[in-house]
Amino acid sequence: MSALAHMGGGGAPATAMPPKEPSGRSWLPYLLLLPGVLWLLVFFIYPLAQLFAVSLYSDYPDYPGYYYQDVNWHNYVRALTDFLPHFGRSMLYAGLATFFAFVLAYPLAYAMAFKAGKWRGIMMILVIAPFFTSFILRTIAWRQILADEGPVAWVLEHLHLLSFMPNGRITETWVAVVAGLTYNFLPFMVLPIYASLERADPRVIEAGGDLYANGFTTFRTVTLPMSMPGVIAGTLLTFIPAAGDYVNAELLGSDTGTKMVGNVIESQFFKVLGGYPIAAALSFSLMALILAMVFLYVRRYGTEELL
Amino acid sequence: MSTQTVGTAYRPSLGKRVQGWLAGRFAMIVAVLVLLYLFLPVFYTFIFSFNDYRKSNIEWRGFTLKHWANPCGAAGACDSLVTSLEIGLLSTLVATMLGTLVAFALVRHRFRGRGASNILVFVPMATPEIVLGASLLTIFVNGFTQLNGWFGTDLKLGFWTITIAHIMFCISFVVVSVKARLQSLDPRLEEAAQDLYAGPAETFWKITFPLVLPGIVGAALLAFSLSFDDFIITSFVSGNETTFPKFVYVSYLRGIPAQANVIGFSMFVIALALVIIGQIVGNARKK
Amino acid sequence: MARNGRSVSGFREAKGDLRLENVTKAFADFTAVDDLSLVVPRGSFFALLGPSGCGKTTTLRMVAGLDQPTAGRILVGETDLTGSRPYERPVNTVFQSYALFPHLTIRDNVAFGPKRRGEANAASLAEDALALVQMTHLGGRKPAQLSGGQQQRVAVARALVNRPEVLLLDEPLGALDLKLRRQMQVELKRIQTEVGLTFIHVTHDQEEAMTMADTVAVMNRGRIEQMGPPVQMYDLPKTAFVANFVGQSNLGQGHITGRDADFLIADVQGSTVRIPARRSSVESGAVTFGVRPEKVSVKRTRPEGTGNDVRGTVLDVSFIGVATQYLVRLPSGTVWSAYEQNLDLEPMDLRPGDEVWLTWNPGHAFGVGPDPDAVQAAEAAKVGAGE
Repeated sequence: MSALAHMGGGGAPATAMPPKEPSGRSWLPYLLLLPGVLWLLVFFIYPLAQLFAVSLYSDYPDYPGYYYQDVNWHNYVRALTDFLPHFGRSMLYAGLATFFAFVLAYPLAYAMAFKAGKWRGIMMILVIAPFFTSFILRTIAWRQILADEGPVAWVLEHLHLLSFMPNGRITETWVAVVAGLTYNFLPFMVLPIYASLERADPRVIEAGGDLYANGFTTFRTVTLPMSMPGVIAGTLLTFIPAAGDYVNAELLGSDTGTKMVGNVIESQFFKVLGGYPIAAALSFSLMALILAMVFLYVRRYGTEELL
Repeated sequence: MSTQTVGTAYRPSLGKRVQGWLAGRFAMIVAVLVLLYLFLPVFYTFIFSFNDYRKSNIEWRGFTLKHWANPCGAAGACDSLVTSLEIGLLSTLVATMLGTLVAFALVRHRFRGRGASNILVFVPMATPEIVLGASLLTIFVNGFTQLNGWFGTDLKLGFWTITIAHIMFCISFVVVSVKARLQSLDPRLEEAAQDLYAGPAETFWKITFPLVLPGIVGAALLAFSLSFDDFIITSFVSGNETTFPKFVYVSYLRGIPAQANVIGFSMFVIALALVIIGQIVGNARKK
Repeated sequence: MARNGRSVSGFREAKGDLRLENVTKAFADFTAVDDLSLVVPRGSFFALLGPSGCGKTTTLRMVAGLDQPTAGRILVGETDLTGSRPYERPVNTVFQSYALFPHLTIRDNVAFGPKRRGEANAASLAEDALALVQMTHLGGRKPAQLSGGQQQRVAVARALVNRPEVLLLDEPLGALDLKLRRQMQVELKRIQTEVGLTFIHVTHDQEEAMTMADTVAVMNRGRIEQMGPPVQMYDLPKTAFVANFVGQSNLGQGHITGRDADFLIADVQGSTVRIPARRSSVESGAVTFGVRPEKVSVKRTRPEGTGNDVRGTVLDVSFIGVATQYLVRLPSGTVWSAYEQNLDLEPMDLRPGDEVWLTWNPGHAFGVGPDPDAVQAAEAAKVGAGE
């Protein structure tokens, strides 16, 4: 699990370009690649192509639930008009969750890298350990913790803050959904940032001053740029699953106003008769949107390491 | 304040001192709070594993040990756990092998299609799980319908489709972890081995592999935890098969049995214990 | 430490001198080693000296088999090693950063080679090698628990234990501090004398090369500029580059105007100087005149009769204990340096700006082929050091 920490790696790899193949062994890399790449081609690329084909199917108006092969772009028009609010929520909630996860994760990663000393290993384990209590169980626990009669609502009530929450409650609001997304993907933000900070030379940061102690400027001009590969990996690893998630909205959100794209895809697939092509079109739109954002983002902040 | 006499130690006000103390420990204080936040639902799960509830395990009704005494008491709870462990181990084994081979090819060789292979490995990580699940469901349903029609077989969604899906999304994470380890390996170590009369095979097994092994073990742990905790993809391709996360999600509608809390918390403790033992053993072997 | 069984297939048993014949290593955009030929006699300590990028490490790697030459042959005795793999050669390397295997103990690191070759008594060979470098007591440790100097000894033991015909040392002392480096130089020399193997030592440190090697070859741009015993290299450089790289030199561009018995007469930037004919690489035309700084004396007045003198202005005086270094700017603009041993009871007390005469015994002068780059580099080194 600690391997996740490598993903924020960045930095210059020790090895130069791999050497040219000795003559007569040029088949070796292909042999090594073959099983893994074949698996990805058959169970990733081919299913995506199939999904794309299904997203263009048309249904028989008189026989709901039956389709024929077609090139029906209308599915995309419907997906993007009928469910535009869901797309908006997915992006907004995932964006907010990524931001909050960053705010929470950075001090933790920083403390692990520079302040924890011998506690470093223990803290690392503690970040990872909650994974093993099923994420569904933990999300349901949050539902109880944030419930109207739960402890958080009770505290806010007595601080006269509850009225600031949407509808005067936490559970079944967007606040709960964003809180759940933030919570669930927080470790994916912490570990890559920790990895990149750990590789940075602490003396450089000490020379610049201490986090928050000697001002925000040091942080912004010295520490943050050095940990940028980790921050990029962390934001991607948080944003992508958050944008496609439906469990948090299902368990923590309301029945109508907080549903995300994931919820629509899930219900179109399993609950709506004849929803198959629309669900496929929605899936494809979501993937295209996220891939476009990822590539723009990676290009903007240039990290070859990820690719 | 500005005219401190020489020789008198500058003594800041209490407020300033408190502020200074806080500033020096700010990151550590926030870190501890964030860790508590991470553990809050785990504590909750733990406490409610002792709840003597009637219908649903939501309100506290009193303390009991009966769920811990009989963790398999809830129908299907332990079966789903066994299924999850089996799928986790199997997909970890396959994904780690395939991903490690790919990582070696990508780091150690220059060949046509290297860039494309890198992208092929990256894109599944940038694809939301729900899209992976939906697309796999499409090929499984279509493929099984056709195959069953042709051969009269009875292929359906279940254990194997979940395993195939888990292997697929674990491969990329394995590749990334092993790649990082391989890239930080000093190429001179392998040259030194060759210089000391080790042929290519001996160089690999005596030097390269032992040095990359920690990266492979880490990748395997990551793959296992991703597979064990996966719900979204599993829910698409599982058919009637039930993994532990799916068991919890499905029983949520009628009320989760406290046995789920017992199992969930036990897995947490077991994982924690294994990782800590692993670290202690690792440290001892370094000495 | 006789060799017992060996099981490595393809291994080439070879004894004798190391010979490189017209070896060239060309990469896509440059030639690292250019038509290099050399013979290293069996049992000698040979140093390859040169600046970084001169091709010395590439040469070493080709001898080790880690790189293959584009053209030419590499032989030990009469056995042609060209094209064979590193593990097929009776050659071992002490790597620059030691490259000790971090997951193996010191003992296992040293026993690695003998084990690969199927030596029955690999363990006792390793113990002997560790004893040779005085590291027996640390055999159970891992490399990370050793200091730089200790790691270096282990790296030497790990290579030596195989009793190779040729031991290659790639800047093996580069990572050590000055004091430890001196100590290890003596140690390495002792070991080489003790085991009597051919050592090839690659370094950019001319002092290190001079103190340790029987023969030094100075490499530049993929070629050997000059090769010979250290004393000879210093006393009579054959090129301006060598004059510059091995110790310091005062150089001046000029041309030969005539001959007077055993001396060539040259005009160097307006001064007439004499060069012993046998100490000049060129007999006529353009020449780079040179004389070592410690052979030059500084006088307040023009000395009588010698004819080998130039006038200049003191630029800088630095007292360095055993000697005083003077930097003097000549009328032509070039800067020369001179070392005066602090023997006089009354020091000259020169200050920057004083007019002086520089003089030397013409027998110490040397002439090499014209090389304006080297002359400039010599000057930059002096001015850089003086300021």
